[in-house]
Amino acid sequence: MSATASLLAHPRVGRAARAARLRPGAVPALVVVTCAVLAALWPDLLTDHSPDTTAPARALRPPDTEHLFGTDQLGRDVYARVVYGARLSLEIGVGATVIGSVVGTVIGLVAGLGGRAADAVSMRATDVLTAFPELLLALLVITVTGPGTTNVLVSIGVASVPGYARLVRSRALVVRRADFVEAGVALGVSRPALVLRHILPNTVGPLLVLASIGTGTAVVSGAALSYLGMGPRPPAAEWGVMLADGQDFVQTAWWITVFPGLAVAAVVMAVTVLGRTLRERGTEATR
Amino acid sequence: MPTFAGYVARRLLAGVVVLWGAATVTFVALHRVGGDPVDAVVGPGVSPTPSLRRQITEEYGFDQPLIVQYGRWLGRLLGGDLGRSYQLGRPVSAVLADQVRPTCALALSAVLLAGVLAVVTALATAGRGRLVRGLVSGAELAVVSLPSFWVGLLALTFLSFRWHLFPVAGDQGFAALVLPAVTLALPVAGVLAQVLRQSLDEALTQPFVLTVRTRGVPEALVLARHALRHAAIPVVTLAGWVVGSLLGGAVLIETVFARPGLGRVLLAAVGSRDTPVVAAIVLLSAAAFTCANLLVDLVCPALDPRLRTAPATRRTPPMPVTVAKETPA
Amino acid sequence: MTAPTRTEPAATGRRARTPLVEIAKLRVDFGTGGRRVRAVDAVDLSVAPGECLALVGESGSGKSVTARALVGLAGPRAHVSCDRMLVDGRDATRFDARAWRGVRGRRIGFVLQDALVSLDVLRTVGAEVAEPLRTHAVVPRGRVHTRVLDLLADAGIPDPARRVRQYPHQLSGGLRQRALIASALAAEPALLIADEPTTALDVTVQAQILDLLADKRAGGMGLLLISHDLAVVSRVADRVAVMRDGVIVEQGPAARVLTQPEHPYTRLLLAAVPSGRTRGRRLSPGPDDTRPEEPTHTPRPGSDPTSVTGPRRTRPAHRDTPLVEAHAVGRSFTDADGSVRDAVREFAVTIHPGEAVGLVGESGSGKTTAARLLLGLVTPDTGTVRFDGRPWSTMPERARRPLRRRLQVITQDPLGSFDPRWSVGRLLGEALGTVGVRRGAARRERTVDLLLRVGLAADHLGRRPATLSGGQRQRVAIARALATEPQVLVCDEPVSALDVSVQAQVLDLLADLRESHGLALLFISHDLGVVHHVCDRVLVMHDGRVVEQGDVDRVFADPEHAYTRTLLHALPGRDLGPGASPAPPPPPPGVAADFLSFRRTDR
Repeated sequence: MSATASLLAHPRVGRAARAARLRPGAVPALVVVTCAVLAALWPDLLTDHSPDTTAPARALRPPDTEHLFGTDQLGRDVYARVVYGARLSLEIGVGATVIGSVVGTVIGLVAGLGGRAADAVSMRATDVLTAFPELLLALLVITVTGPGTTNVLVSIGVASVPGYARLVRSRALVVRRADFVEAGVALGVSRPALVLRHILPNTVGPLLVLASIGTGTAVVSGAALSYLGMGPRPPAAEWGVMLADGQDFVQTAWWITVFPGLAVAAVVMAVTVLGRTLRERGTEATR
Repeated sequence: MPTFAGYVARRLLAGVVVLWGAATVTFVALHRVGGDPVDAVVGPGVSPTPSLRRQITEEYGFDQPLIVQYGRWLGRLLGGDLGRSYQLGRPVSAVLADQVRPTCALALSAVLLAGVLAVVTALATAGRGRLVRGLVSGAELAVVSLPSFWVGLLALTFLSFRWHLFPVAGDQGFAALVLPAVTLALPVAGVLAQVLRQSLDEALTQPFVLTVRTRGVPEALVLARHALRHAAIPVVTLAGWVVGSLLGGAVLIETVFARPGLGRVLLAAVGSRDTPVVAAIVLLSAAAFTCANLLVDLVCPALDPRLRTAPATRRTPPMPVTVAKETPA
Repeated sequence: MTAPTRTEPAATGRRARTPLVEIAKLRVDFGTGGRRVRAVDAVDLSVAPGECLALVGESGSGKSVTARALVGLAGPRAHVSCDRMLVDGRDATRFDARAWRGVRGRRIGFVLQDALVSLDVLRTVGAEVAEPLRTHAVVPRGRVHTRVLDLLADAGIPDPARRVRQYPHQLSGGLRQRALIASALAAEPALLIADEPTTALDVTVQAQILDLLADKRAGGMGLLLISHDLAVVSRVADRVAVMRDGVIVEQGPAARVLTQPEHPYTRLLLAAVPSGRTRGRRLSPGPDDTRPEEPTHTPRPGSDPTSVTGPRRTRPAHRDTPLVEAHAVGRSFTDADGSVRDAVREFAVTIHPGEAVGLVGESGSGKTTAARLLLGLVTPDTGTVRFDGRPWSTMPERARRPLRRRLQVITQDPLGSFDPRWSVGRLLGEALGTVGVRRGAARRERTVDLLLRVGLAADHLGRRPATLSGGQRQRVAIARALATEPQVLVCDEPVSALDVSVQAQVLDLLADLRESHGLALLFISHDLGVVHHVCDRVLVMHDGRVVEQGDVDRVFADPEHAYTRTLLHALPGRDLGPGASPAPPPPPPGVAADFLSFRRTDR
């Protein structure tokens, strides 16, 4: 239609434009995510301090060369606690996303590929779940299960199911009616082969993008629930717990709350940027 | 040929069905399938005597078949009876009545603030050069990603404790509302601004905008008269999501700023497993969400005449994830 | 507007009056720095009052950008420069934003194709038509409404009092386009620029719109018509400018350019237009030409690449049993609003081996549903389809699946028919797999063989279809259809999304394959010329029914049914092309087709 569109349709021009359009911040985002994963798997690579060793004599020290992020009210090294805290926070974020996306995918596929009745039932169910604000739904689940790391993980996962189910359903509805599926029918490709080769991969592709962005959201929700005291119990090194811990000292020791929060923010932003980069790649590949 | 009245009736019915489903979910949570409800009533860590157990069982009707309990509960719900708090021994509705006002004040001021912020930034940056948009979308990303309770903590640390610009806590007048409202509004404003800006940009590349420009219409009118209306539709459909995230966010913000409100009540109830209170608050927010979506269903046809003649059979609410706008339609 | 600063040196007596717009050495670039791409280069043109200049070219030729530059709307990423640009004799290079706004709508009106996206769908037709009136304060506020009604009536819209309150989506395509034209004409511009104003429309509606434009021109309005369609141009233009790669390669009186073209590219374009006269002739230049964007390798046996006349078109004798037989087939669908619509009624067709049967009709006439019924993708409500003597429509899918290889299909949008994640090699491999070709060297060899047969090369194997040009995609679709060695190929609008020169290549390829493989074709198109060129017999569909059928020459020369006559009457440019002129010289080899084969983005 527009002149620029037809210009971009030209292979040479299009490629040049794509190369130039690498999302700003994709590289730092990759660095942040790599650091977070390293911290979660091998925290001792990033710090010599222990997150749990208390030293009342050194309590509430501001950041210096010995303690990069200062010390907390019990003299524990805040930097070490942030590093070690990555494991629990990421566990919750990733675990919840896996639960949400897997269950959501199953429901979405049943709705999108099954019959009318299956679609109606599963979509009404997700309508109902969608009506609850995510954090409140998670709190409702915790009321039933009680607090704890696993329960927080499960509750966030459950609360995120409707979003994934909807996405997968709408993709499945589009894909099953796509021209390329009909082309397969006309070629004489068998039904199981159609589902496995064409329908599933094209349905689940965009889910990966949403799940990567969703992981960020789940990390925040996990930190929020931990901050509210629903997750891991205090002395545990976890970012939300650290925020709650430091809250009583905000007047005197800002560093106890600033750094764990920064960690959450950095991870979420990085994951979101990477997810969006993925999405742009995806839409380009299918265009 | 579907009429508009029929459309409204169908949307209403769908809303009722969702609310009924929400009530069912909370009933299930309330009666903790697999657990003993009496334990919930007496609270954790107390072992009731057999006579107390019998008394509670009779009082709450736990000896009835589940389906009967469900029917009675639904009946009471329809009559506006949300049950009694296990812990406080008062009707839940009375507990909530005290706390609704501060939460509503917080949520309303936040939604106003978020709307204004979003419209202003989107209008100021739509169709602008790369640098401006890069900066603004970076800011939006930050605002959407930062955990709001952490931002609240920081604001409290520096603006209240250090520099004494705002009161530290409580519900004392307008000044005490500013920081919580801003903190609650920021992430919502970020999402709204992103969606509005994206859809404005998309509208501005449509052929009809070229037509309008070839008529000699000034650029400000192109935005105000044409593009903004197109861009408003995706934003309006986010209303349900906005309600949900404000209510969810209120729980955190009220805790951070030590404000009274439904969020604090909810947290206390979750901690003491006071299920009737939790169920009531969760159900209320589901009702608020459903009402918001109903309103959206009525407002959208007013904005888009195409929906008036052939209303969509079912509108899919948007994804509750930070701007999960998958593929532009 | 009487501020003549400079006067145009009167070149001819016909152009003695001040041109409405005149531009010299227009250049438009997109992008910056090293990635700068020149879209328009050294374009000179002018339009006088009452004159129609047609700017003709394929997609990507720069014709739309040129038109937009004339109203200062080439876009924020465009760098426009020129030696001279005069609007109404005023120097437009010095116009500021306000001066441009005074010109737009008031002096120069602008019409785009497809009014559904070119009108603001959220506003009433009346509000859209009134906008130029209000913007330029043409009439006092109180008279705007009556003026709008007059404008709608002038544009040939019946019952304007009702239409004025309606929204664009409530109008038919033809009425919408009229409303769009009415809004462009509202402030009585001296010049109207129409960018593909009839492209998405059916021929009958197209004819009405062209008549409307001709009326306005008779009233003294200048018209700059942008089009890819030589037939439309031949009907309205006084002068024609042919653009390619941003350059005007030939410009002159329409009668001369369209019958005695001087530039090889113009000749190539004209020779590529299919019609009854081009039957049995190649439309594209021989395959020995180099084409960087459309590599065409020597076709496989069956056609003589040096032959100018192309494959011979003798009518095969149909004594053998028909391959496809449909009898009284009907199918209805339930629309979103619950109403039941008969898409196809009492449809009947027989296709014999090696035969080309055309199916023509306007949009919504049921052509595609008929094709899907024959392919066994849709089950008929009534009637039966037989394939090779066996019941086909009633066969269970399990039994039908192994037979599907013998009946293949290509569609208008090949890209949509490919899994977006798959490479060309994998797509063809899947098709070969359905006929039992095992993975490995044998399959690879067959895949390459298929690509060569359709004029592609082995290095296309790893490409994704999305990175190919429109013509190449259609070749891949044909290759995939050939993989199963079908006897019948259903072609559903296979060339209507392609530029005319690429269309010519694809039609030639289909003709070659028909010759070499003995393929029978069911060829569906809204383009009567294409069908006349390709087919032996033709069926005319209207409202889901076949209203007429028979030998293609007989039906087009002597139509029996009133609807067929309407269709043919509406067809523009029946006197067009080299066939109409005394023996044009064939295009010299080598220079012919090195143009970029952009995918046509204007639907």
